[in-house]
Amino acid sequence: MSRDRTIPGLTVALAVCAIGGYFIPDWLMNQMMFGFARALAILGLLVLWRTGLVSFGHALYFGLGAYAVALLDINLGISDAFVRLGVAMLVTGGVGTLLGFILRNYRDIFFAMLSLAFSMVLYGILVKTEALGSTDGFTVSPPTFLSAAPEGKYPLFVLICVFGWLAAVLVQGYLRSTLGRLTTAVRDNEIRVEYLGYSVARAIHIKYVMSAVLTGAAGALTAMALGQVDPDSMVNWTASGELVFVTILSGPGSVAAPFIGSLIFELLRTYAFELVPHAWQMIVGGTLLAVIFFLPGGIWSLFARALKADK
Amino acid sequence: MSGDPILQVIDLQKTFGAVVAAKDINIDVSTGEVIGIIGANGAGKTTFVNMVTGYLKPSSGTIRFEGRDITGKPPRLVTQTGISRSFQVSQVFTSMTVYDNLLTALAITDSRGFNALRPIQRPDLTRRCEETLVRYQIDQYHDSEASTLPQGVRKLLDIAMAMVSKPRILLLDEPTSGVSAEEKFNIMDIIMGALKADQVTVLFIEHDMEIVERYVSRVVAFYQGEVICDKPPEEALIDSRVREFVIGEEYPLEVREAGSHADH
Repeated sequence: MSRDRTIPGLTVALAVCAIGGYFIPDWLMNQMMFGFARALAILGLLVLWRTGLVSFGHALYFGLGAYAVALLDINLGISDAFVRLGVAMLVTGGVGTLLGFILRNYRDIFFAMLSLAFSMVLYGILVKTEALGSTDGFTVSPPTFLSAAPEGKYPLFVLICVFGWLAAVLVQGYLRSTLGRLTTAVRDNEIRVEYLGYSVARAIHIKYVMSAVLTGAAGALTAMALGQVDPDSMVNWTASGELVFVTILSGPGSVAAPFIGSLIFELLRTYAFELVPHAWQMIVGGTLLAVIFFLPGGIWSLFARALKADK
Repeated sequence: MSGDPILQVIDLQKTFGAVVAAKDINIDVSTGEVIGIIGANGAGKTTFVNMVTGYLKPSSGTIRFEGRDITGKPPRLVTQTGISRSFQVSQVFTSMTVYDNLLTALAITDSRGFNALRPIQRPDLTRRCEETLVRYQIDQYHDSEASTLPQGVRKLLDIAMAMVSKPRILLLDEPTSGVSAEEKFNIMDIIMGALKADQVTVLFIEHDMEIVERYVSRVVAFYQGEVICDKPPEEALIDSRVREFVIGEEYPLEVREAGSHADH
């Protein structure tokens, strides 16, 4: 049996990024921060995708995570990055658990649309409520780290790299466990899973909560990196679509794929906007079409091929 | 074989609107029996199996397994109590290899509590997986994807997966359907040999009377949702109602080697 080099590879890559981040220009560090933070949400969607489920409403959790950070900051003056992150994950885990009781009963387009509907309910509440910042959202103060308030964004960048690595290791471990194997098993044959004595609904529920927590963490880290939250870029259906877009771009083949795919998407969007400010979406959309036609396994399939050839 | 009742079906009924799919079914099953369930298409055989295994909820009646009422319980709870099943269309994990199918099945049945978070590749499971592959004679397909398997091998895999939960009763829905005439006895010999080793009580739906004659100790015949005959094969296959409504008058009257393989 060949040894899986995903985690060692990811460890080296993220360590290089974390250390290298000290020397790279701010604009590139920002791109990497947004890319790696979003990768956490993609990691969650990857787990769902492997189960045969596509959520068009995960901006719900991205937004909840981001707004949890903003509301903690504004109402309680909490700036500690770890507390913000922890609360965001608790909130999204709680909401995910509640909604999971409903969503675990649906499949295919019904699952996708119902998840979208829930996210649009949050969007509606946010844009109509002045106390929640309405359409403008909130500004988020820079994070502190265990009472230390270092200058610049590098400490947050390191936190994102370390947290991303930890999440990838945990998800990889999960995918190698029985519960993780239930992703493919449920997608392939729900009847057999039930007749092996395991509840398909429970399996889906666990995966849904897991993806909600990861997406909440992504939203929280993005809010701290951006210094701002708003409903249009974080909770609207386009934000959910963007997460699905990056999931397809990345591919479901590995826990490393979301980090690569998300970073590529971030750079692609930036350069496309630079090149054609009024039609950058065409370049991004064209790229997705090309991936669907020529790389159905996502960008990761290129790496997988290279790694296979290397063995 | 002991005579202990393991499964009792009492006045079981299932209706779909005005259609009565199963009516007043009463069957007692003793430990160690091998029962053949026969009947024409639409006679209620699969409806009966579906109700016993929790796939369908009965409209009325009671199902007791080892004295416990399991009527209307969902499939996973029925499985956990000790009843398992295979399907007419094999229910396997199509994108996985044969080995991964069995390993996954073993891991799922061993996934109570925190066991579900343990790595799936662990010595106790992989050893049992290899043993099961050999027992069902599918080890040569170890790395073949389930979707590419011949029908007979798929059936064996389906039954092997049903057996990993160590059930006391196994219900098989047409174990040789789609299998060639040359292969069917070989497949049945493998299945019955493995089940005998595990001391499992077996109920199987079958249209092939040669299989029924050769392997069962008792025949239950269905017609229009009702049990019309419940006898040993040598009596059931010459029963006038069974001949009229199930197997046809042209079927040979002398039952060949009836029950001779029922000890399988």
